[in-house]
Amino acid sequence: MSDSETADLETFRAETRAWLEANCPPEMRKPATSDADVFWGGRNAKFSSEPQRIWFERMRDKGWTVPDWPKEYGGGGLSAAEHKVLRAEMGRIGARPPLSSFGIWMLGPALLKYGNEAQKKEHLPNIAAGLIRWCQGYSEPNAGSDLASLQTRAESDGDDFVITGSKIWTSYANYADWIFCLVRTDPAAKKHDGISFILFDMTSKGVTTKPILLISGYSPFCETFFDGVRVPKSHVVGTVNRGWDVAKYLLQHERAMISGMGERGVGRPLGQIAADSVGTDAQGKLDDSMLRGKIASFDVDEAALAACAERAVDLAKAGQAHPAFSSAMKYYGTELNKRRYEILMSAGGVDALEWESERSKQGARPRAWLRTKANSIEGGTTEVMLGIVAKRILDLPGA
Amino acid sequence: MALVLTEEQSMLRDSARGLISDKAPVSHLRHLRDSKDPTGFSKEFWHSFAEMGFAGLLVPEEFGGSGLGFVEAGIVMEEIGRTLMPSPFLATSVVAASALNRGGNAAQKSEFLPKISNGSLLATLAIDEGAKHRPLQTSLQAVRAGNGFKLSGAKALVVDGHVADLLIVAARTAGSAGERDGLTLFLVNPKAKGVAVERTIMVDAHNAARIELANVEVNADSVLGEVDQAAGLLDGVLDIGRGAVAAEMVGLSDEVFGRTVEYLKSRKQFGKLIGEFQALQHRAAELYVDIEITRAAVMKALQALDADVAKAASSVAVAKARAGTTATRAVQEGVQMHGGMGMTDQFDIGFFMKRARVCEELFGDANYHTEQLARARGY
Repeated sequence: MSDSETADLETFRAETRAWLEANCPPEMRKPATSDADVFWGGRNAKFSSEPQRIWFERMRDKGWTVPDWPKEYGGGGLSAAEHKVLRAEMGRIGARPPLSSFGIWMLGPALLKYGNEAQKKEHLPNIAAGLIRWCQGYSEPNAGSDLASLQTRAESDGDDFVITGSKIWTSYANYADWIFCLVRTDPAAKKHDGISFILFDMTSKGVTTKPILLISGYSPFCETFFDGVRVPKSHVVGTVNRGWDVAKYLLQHERAMISGMGERGVGRPLGQIAADSVGTDAQGKLDDSMLRGKIASFDVDEAALAACAERAVDLAKAGQAHPAFSSAMKYYGTELNKRRYEILMSAGGVDALEWESERSKQGARPRAWLRTKANSIEGGTTEVMLGIVAKRILDLPGA
Repeated sequence: MALVLTEEQSMLRDSARGLISDKAPVSHLRHLRDSKDPTGFSKEFWHSFAEMGFAGLLVPEEFGGSGLGFVEAGIVMEEIGRTLMPSPFLATSVVAASALNRGGNAAQKSEFLPKISNGSLLATLAIDEGAKHRPLQTSLQAVRAGNGFKLSGAKALVVDGHVADLLIVAARTAGSAGERDGLTLFLVNPKAKGVAVERTIMVDAHNAARIELANVEVNADSVLGEVDQAAGLLDGVLDIGRGAVAAEMVGLSDEVFGRTVEYLKSRKQFGKLIGEFQALQHRAAELYVDIEITRAAVMKALQALDADVAKAASSVAVAKARAGTTATRAVQEGVQMHGGMGMTDQFDIGFFMKRARVCEELFGDANYHTEQLARARGY
């Protein structure tokens, strides 16, 4: 980086810091603690508070819901280095993401790479502005880890495909406006070769959703049924029957997103949370030396993972990243997040067992603990991730 | 700063790798061990190292060094870790050079740093006394005598202590073991009266000594830094050493892992390559991820040291703790996956296991650094 580029970046940092200081409401500078704290956008979106609305609208107006997307698609047009600065400055004050969205994390990158111009123009600005909320139609009852064996059919009928079948584990399908969906367009081809990636409106005739009650008592996932849903062929992203390429590319972004769950630098450190319930000795050390050791080991691994996540981004920018590395991060990040919640449950003791009381915020901690058990399953299980690392990165035989 | 090597750093890595893998592969260590070499390293190779500018890598250019940073020192350490080359680089060029450069007065710097840079002086820090690394437990006594001090006590695991021309000895001038105040660093000539050096042949066939000091007289000019106030200087110097050893452990882990994966791709049992077995694939994949995460943590720590040594403690603790657990896992999986071959002396894998064990103890093991992080975070 030249001196003038460095100077420009420092100017950008100073301006960004000042802007965030002036525009990020204080309420938006602490970690989200409940679902209401997260803004997902969409046709039926509601803000849970005025600061949430203000923060979202200010960031949207700068294009900073998607800082590194091109400006023409509603993004901020930031360079990789500027984007890193923005993230660091937001992290510095603990600013929440203004908009959470599968459109941002998953579909957007896939559209930028594989979408045609009309598709980019139609969908990306709506994602950036939080107008359309997306869900992901990937897994099926008989296609989980073995995703490519999916059976939802899309039969050609003039200018349309007619889609019949069912999906499962569709996150927030009951709230979503549109779906990006994998369908089988050539049942005769080998399993990876007859799949297409298609977009359609969830209000289309023939679409129904049914929430699934999970062990956490929540229903973040749905079963989604398609009964002769008619979708124009122009909604296929990329080439018909080459949807697996798009699917895999999107999965890399999904895995990167899920792996991020394991590194939450913001918020109170585990050691302090534990001190509240477990107590400390005269020297201020946790009054449970085994738990203290587990927390410290966790902290070491969490800090190291954060460095690795930072490095993964830097490697990608430098063109040195292995495309399958997101699988490595996904495996480690999700296992680490499960460790975090096992520690939180142990630290909380009896207090972390209440399921319904006001005192426990309706059992927020045990429900969150149970939710994390899905981290190493969704988006590809830990075992699938390790298989991908073995095959694609280590090049082990027969993997 | 991006956590990737710059172009210049990549070139440095390539030249270090070229030199070390060519002149000092693992067989070099094996030969030194088997021939019971009295110094335990190659002086000739050390001189070519100096000619390349590596001996004075961290030494400022005004003292004949290369004036590079800790990331660059880590790059060289990582390559040393790949072939397990016994080299004065860690003790002399990283730890002692940093102690002199950070704590030395003008006279001390101009006397010693140019000699470190040209490869003519070997130096080392004598810190540990007990079985474990506990710098504040230093109890080697230095009592005032006339214009100077008299030093008495014993040091263990003094890296290169049997060949060093200069000892930097941590001593207690006040207070008692465990206290931060009252520590002082002294520059001691190992040939001085009262110094007894016993070379300790180590499990890893690398070089170390036990040193005993019995009423060793040093003058006031031998104090490095401030009397009684060496704790801060020591913190920084030790963190620099820790970052460097962590980088060596990354190189070691990566090399063991690479050799192990190659073995998985060539060894056949039950009519299959053993790398086809999922039980081994998943363990190999987990180890790969562990190494990559540790690599990033170590790079982060070295960059933090370059930015400000005084603010790098937590990053360094994370790096050294991770490096310890990762290297331990890498060498154990290395031996296990090589099966009976891994247990033979003829095969190189065992050398890596032995060196990893020593690196783990150098400047504090994973438990020590995990504990440091817990204390820093106040729980």
